[in-house]
Amino acid sequence: MASSKNDVRHYTGFFPITVLCLVILYAPLLVVTIYSLNDSNSITNWEGISFRWYVDVFTGPESDKFKTAAWNSFTIALMASVMATTIATLAATAMVRGGSFRGRGLSLGLISLPLMVPEIVTAVATLIFFSMIDFTRGYLTILVAHTAFCIPFAYLPISARMQGIDDNFEQAAMDLYASKRQAFTKILLPLMAPGIVSGLLLAFIVSLDDFIITNFVKGAGVETLPTAIFGSVKQGIKPNIMAISTMLLGFSIVLVTISFLISKSDNTK
Amino acid sequence: MAAGASSGGSAKSDTYAEARNWLLLPSWIVIGIFVLIPVILMLIYSFLTKEFRGGVIWEFSLAAYDQFFFDRGLFGDSPPVIEWTYINIFWRSIWQAGLATLLSLAIGFPTAYFIATRPEKIRPAWVFLITIPYWVNLLIRTVSMKFLLRDQGPLNDFLLSIGVISDPIHIVNTNFAVQLGLFYSYLPFMVLPIYASVERYNFALSEAAADLYATKWVTLRRVLLPAVKPGVIAGCILVFVPSLGSFLAPDLLGGARNFMIGSLIEEQFKGNAGNWPFGAAASMILLSMVLVILMIFARQQAKANKGDA
Amino acid sequence: MKPTLNSILKSGTAALALTLGANAAVADEQVVVYHWFEYMPQELVDKFTEETGIEVVIDTFDSNESLLASLKAGALGTYDVAVPGDYMVAIMNSEGMLDTLEEGELTNRANISEEWANPSFDPGRQHSIPYQWGSTSFAVNRDAYSGDINTTDILFNPPTELQGRINMFDSQGEVMALASLHLGIPQCSTDRAELSALNDLLQEAKQHWISFNSDTAKEVLVSGDAAAGMIYDGFNAKAREEGANTEYAFPTQGYVAWMDNVVLLEDAPNRENGIRFMDFLLEPENAAMLTNWTAYASGVEGVTPLLDEALRTLPEANPPAEAGAAVFIEVCDQETQAVYDTIWTNLKN
Repeated sequence: MASSKNDVRHYTGFFPITVLCLVILYAPLLVVTIYSLNDSNSITNWEGISFRWYVDVFTGPESDKFKTAAWNSFTIALMASVMATTIATLAATAMVRGGSFRGRGLSLGLISLPLMVPEIVTAVATLIFFSMIDFTRGYLTILVAHTAFCIPFAYLPISARMQGIDDNFEQAAMDLYASKRQAFTKILLPLMAPGIVSGLLLAFIVSLDDFIITNFVKGAGVETLPTAIFGSVKQGIKPNIMAISTMLLGFSIVLVTISFLISKSDNTK
Repeated sequence: MAAGASSGGSAKSDTYAEARNWLLLPSWIVIGIFVLIPVILMLIYSFLTKEFRGGVIWEFSLAAYDQFFFDRGLFGDSPPVIEWTYINIFWRSIWQAGLATLLSLAIGFPTAYFIATRPEKIRPAWVFLITIPYWVNLLIRTVSMKFLLRDQGPLNDFLLSIGVISDPIHIVNTNFAVQLGLFYSYLPFMVLPIYASVERYNFALSEAAADLYATKWVTLRRVLLPAVKPGVIAGCILVFVPSLGSFLAPDLLGGARNFMIGSLIEEQFKGNAGNWPFGAAASMILLSMVLVILMIFARQQAKANKGDA
Repeated sequence: MKPTLNSILKSGTAALALTLGANAAVADEQVVVYHWFEYMPQELVDKFTEETGIEVVIDTFDSNESLLASLKAGALGTYDVAVPGDYMVAIMNSEGMLDTLEEGELTNRANISEEWANPSFDPGRQHSIPYQWGSTSFAVNRDAYSGDINTTDILFNPPTELQGRINMFDSQGEVMALASLHLGIPQCSTDRAELSALNDLLQEAKQHWISFNSDTAKEVLVSGDAAAGMIYDGFNAKAREEGANTEYAFPTQGYVAWMDNVVLLEDAPNRENGIRFMDFLLEPENAAMLTNWTAYASGVEGVTPLLDEALRTLPEANPPAEAGAAVFIEVCDQETQAVYDTIWTNLKN
């Protein structure tokens, strides 16, 4: 279909550029995945395939550090995304189903604030804030900061989904003497489920991904995976870092695929 | 990133109108206390006096902004002249972010266009393919990029082995490496909005132009491009703004000569400098630049929307 | 749809409860150490845990200045001990960040060797014990340059072969000290002409420098990304072990001496464990294990017989007769420090 020379949709060269784009996007990830299987102590020489660096991640000298970091990353991401998603769901209900009201623009601005402020600025501001109120930096400060900046990421898919749901369903339920609370929990929330799950996954990944803000607000010995990896990488890329990266990479891809499939199954409904 | 501001434009329903303050309260509290107040606090800090070796003294001072814009010599007592050091860092950041944006546009536009002209059924798969790398940890992507580009890295090995080059090309620690890193970090932000506008574009317009004997490239420039301009602008902003304040790409890929705003700010709090008010002032200047760009963008979008209606 | 959502919420809450519970359980006996990167062998850490049952949590920094900055920014009260260099011990003490080791608290205090028992940066060792000491200068890849390297010209006025291939430490104290030695001016000079000369020297030299990195200083030499670079003596020994053909220089103009020390921090959450950690490091057996690994030198009595034979003949530890003096970094007063900061900013940008 795109073969015709006169097809206005077809531009010679666009396909090769798309391929180039994919190559640039995937080449670094592929290379790291391949080299994580390298049986060598050095990252430069290739000495055959082995899983020794994966074993090293779990049993090697740095394994405790990375296990703790992974646990911190995972629990923080889980709690922060659950809280952010809850808060975002409530906020989206007010914004989408709350009519027009004064302060609506202001609320929207506030919710999108973490998206508009550059990350490094948020990081510095949060550091100043915690240091001024003399709040000891550690696990809790990371959790709180993550919850705050995850809210807009959860909000986006949730509010988009809510706008796509006709409020006739809830109106009908209320005509049948359901209370507003019932309309919300029994009608709106179930319909919202795909949006909420997308929001939750998005917030989860964003929290898991964060380095800059965590780096500023973390305290003594409390590392997340990105800060632990950054600390290691500062002294040079090592094979075990590539193994960890590959595992994290795989984990992220699985999560996104789930999210993609959920949204897809929803569209075909 | 300003996308959040455009959603919820049409409030159709007021089912939960009387509960809305309670529904909004948690987000107000959390973002208010942990983002808004800190940013305001940072504004205040930028007007305080620096304490020797980090921290602040609660006395009003313009020293931070003075240091940013004026050079008073090595000993602080020469007549002030314009200080170029920090302006140059900002300028370099704008320049780097700008080039990264152009690079993203040059590759992102054809890609977005190509995807948008695929059969409707397989488009989501293409979009998915483009967005996957974005979901991989930014740090890991940047490290991977560095690993690939190293002097003794796989790219150089490959090019050497096929004989394209005879000496490894230096990429790491150059400006180009930073641009590549930024491009790699934010490319999906360029592709997605352009894709969205091309997908909505009515190709009958292009066909009409072709019928009038316009060449394909003229059609692209005169007919398609104006129609998808909002998507292109959105893409450029979504790449430019985060690039401007980025920290990882310049830090890991750039080396010492390619200091950008993010590293300048970081150094005031974590490194040698230990000048909090100055770090706060630099952050405020960065923040104001970003907000101005977003405001101009929002105004343009509003104008474009009005034009559509 | 409804059961899905319910179960998501339920498992979410369950996970929350689990995490909070697990977190509380983690915090048993531990000592939190704020340490340089790559500065303590895992076996030694394990040995401590084995002997005492205390878990060691290590967080790392990459320069004395960033250690100070982090503690200033609210990290004090979260660490028990830290490992600052000589001049930083004095600065941290003046900032009130150090706790005092009371009489009799340190069982192995007598093991501190005579020459390090009363250093100028901590008279009477009230707050610190020796960790390791050594020197800082630079190393040159002998494949890249074969001429005389025992001169600070290598850094500040490099031969053509090395131009644009030099890595500097991202550490103000060491760079300024070496530059002062190169110019033959005192550290923390208050003389305006000398300070201007220092600024001019660095401005002129920086075109030859490819990067400012402390933590990758060894890595860039091993990988060949840099042909010369500032480095600690023991790090060069490790670089050679990893296959780099690098030689450590002892400039005739002089070079930097340093001693890293374990200090007890103010408001340490596990003060007792911190002291046990210090006592542990003062055992000759453990100090020797450390020194054999770092390839620096120990400040503990009775270590010498336990050291590897190779360490004694290490080129990095045996300066030639014509080498200049090794000098400690000095602490500047606020006014000079302000000028130093300006020079440093000019340099880095």
